[in-house]
Amino acid sequence: MTKKLKNMTDTNLLLTITIVVFFLMYIGAIVFQGKGFLKPQTFFNILNANAALIILSCGMSLVMITGGIDISVGGVTALVSMCCAVYLDYKGGNVVGSLFIALGIGLAFGLVQGFLVAYLDIQPFIVSLAGMFFARGMTTIVNTNPFNVANEEFVALKETRVIIPGLGSVNKLGKYVNAYVEIGVVVAIIIVILMFIVLRWTKLGRSFYAVGGNKQSALMLGINVKRTKFLSHVICSLLAGIGGYVYFLHVGSGAASHAAGAEMNAIASSIIGGTMLTGGVGNIAGTFFGVLSLSTIQNIVSSAGLDQAWWTGITIAAMLCLFLVIQSVVMSRKNAAMKK
Amino acid sequence: MKIRILSMFLTVALLTVPLVACGKTAETDSFDGIYEDEEYVETDEDVVVVGFSQIGAESDWRKVNTESMKETFANAEGYELIVDDAQQKQSNQITAIRRFIQQEVDYIVLAPVTEDGWDTVLGEARDAHIPVIIVDRMVDANNSLFTCWVGSDFLLESKKVTSWMNKYFTMQGIDGSEINIANIQGTYGASSQIGRTSGLSQAVRDNGWNFLGAECGEYTQARGREIMAQFLNKYRDINVVYCENDNEAFGAIEAIEAAGRKAGNNIKDGEIMVVSFDGVSDEALDKAGEGKIACIGECNPLHGPRVLEIIENLEAGITPNKFEYVDESIYSGEDRITTISVDGQSYYVTVLNK
Repeated sequence: MTKKLKNMTDTNLLLTITIVVFFLMYIGAIVFQGKGFLKPQTFFNILNANAALIILSCGMSLVMITGGIDISVGGVTALVSMCCAVYLDYKGGNVVGSLFIALGIGLAFGLVQGFLVAYLDIQPFIVSLAGMFFARGMTTIVNTNPFNVANEEFVALKETRVIIPGLGSVNKLGKYVNAYVEIGVVVAIIIVILMFIVLRWTKLGRSFYAVGGNKQSALMLGINVKRTKFLSHVICSLLAGIGGYVYFLHVGSGAASHAAGAEMNAIASSIIGGTMLTGGVGNIAGTFFGVLSLSTIQNIVSSAGLDQAWWTGITIAAMLCLFLVIQSVVMSRKNAAMKK
Repeated sequence: MKIRILSMFLTVALLTVPLVACGKTAETDSFDGIYEDEEYVETDEDVVVVGFSQIGAESDWRKVNTESMKETFANAEGYELIVDDAQQKQSNQITAIRRFIQQEVDYIVLAPVTEDGWDTVLGEARDAHIPVIIVDRMVDANNSLFTCWVGSDFLLESKKVTSWMNKYFTMQGIDGSEINIANIQGTYGASSQIGRTSGLSQAVRDNGWNFLGAECGEYTQARGREIMAQFLNKYRDINVVYCENDNEAFGAIEAIEAAGRKAGNNIKDGEIMVVSFDGVSDEALDKAGEGKIACIGECNPLHGPRVLEIIENLEAGITPNKFEYVDESIYSGEDRITTISVDGQSYYVTVLNK
């Protein structure tokens, strides 16, 4: 058993903790909060409301594994929503075109930020801080007033529900209601799987870990450190573009205040999911469960009727501390065990 | 060996339990033990559970509104209220309504942040046969999607205020063309903003006032101050500012005083007249009494009793009116104007003492 524990990589160990904690928390919610949490749809609603955050967090984990950070993702989300909304409603565009706009915005941010970070060696925090302000500012320039999109094609896509067979529940009138997820959730799941595969089983994926773990060794291993860093930012921003579109698909409106603080939630989710700010450690599956843990906490707080919004903030802060403590305790124990 | 693994899991479990437990105790504490622990979460058959999705806590009006709901339902027998603070975001409100549906609450009360974008989620509530009562702002959705609406007639509020202004100017012998008015608007797309803005533009057209410009103050004091400072720089001859709530007016007065000007009715002597809406806080009424705010169109925030009455009626099988307006007055420190008339109907002005 100890051997097994010793052989477990840091990444897998932290992942296990995250998943265990998530399940404990959800079971706790069912026990303390009653039947609402027993219904599958409550869980799917968490996915529906957080599909965009899952995608953003995947990108965030990637740059964090590579040793960087990107706080522009929330701004990019707002910019994508606003540009797509304006394009669809005021310019008479179509859904395919708006999708390209989203990807284009993401790619543009990725190329510029990646270049500045990797090739000009500027701190990623500063670069993406500028990116965040730029994106928020541009959103307001594109259109000041928030508005809802009326484009029929888009609304139809927004309303599309993917029915999940066998997981419905009976409502209080005794009618059976099918469980469903939105299109965005499907996109999010695909991205989680893709990113998981890339990070775990490809050469590129391993080079992200290598660069984040130790730049010097990575260089000696013959990894192109600059290119790897550049790519991590490009992928992160591209995911922010996709995440932005999924967010847009969920809310169906453009507004300068959209996704306020999403970057911080993405960072929190990544950390809860076992990604370390120091780089080199992290797992996309963990990130996925990190988002779920974060939003389950929010759900528990609001279902308990704690109307003050700050309760959510305080609980998340407590949870972040908890995870950081667990992480460091477990890591130091493991290191001690290894030395024996 | 196993002990190590076990202790690891125990650590995790031990650290999580107090967290959940902590949330639990706090929740009973903050409601002064009104709910008897588990009984409350079990959603008892004979307890009517009401989910209230509130916009946030952006203004004094909103705070009084939330308090009114909480107080009413805390004092009522057999009811419990779950309040959700959406922090000004529609997406949070939609999430909250979906959660209420999964929790199987008996009624949903919604104070919508904007007018449109509600069809889907209100449809889901209808499918679950949960009656939805809209309060304060309106929703732009099919009438069948909600049970009824309780709130203010924002256009009427605005007409009352502009009619008071017109009466005052006529009394002072000030011609309409001498009035240079700017507008600090509320949150775009909110019914209160739409009603109050359109009331102003009608009055500007009818009375021949000079309209200088409008900016969105988001119903906050900070923005009100910022915008008024801009206005004072941009429009040298501004003499009236029309704020769409009291908090914006407080900010505007700060900016006026910071610029070395005076807020007051005497616009002939270079004072700047401030008019506003809501009139819920003592501070606002004091300012109106002092004459710093010339006139306030009341916006009644005490929705709690009205909502409770509707729910009691629904429980008894009585269908309420689709639209219920609350009674509202108009406040001013100017004692020479006691009545105003809007569309042939005359209204009393509540005159405040200095």
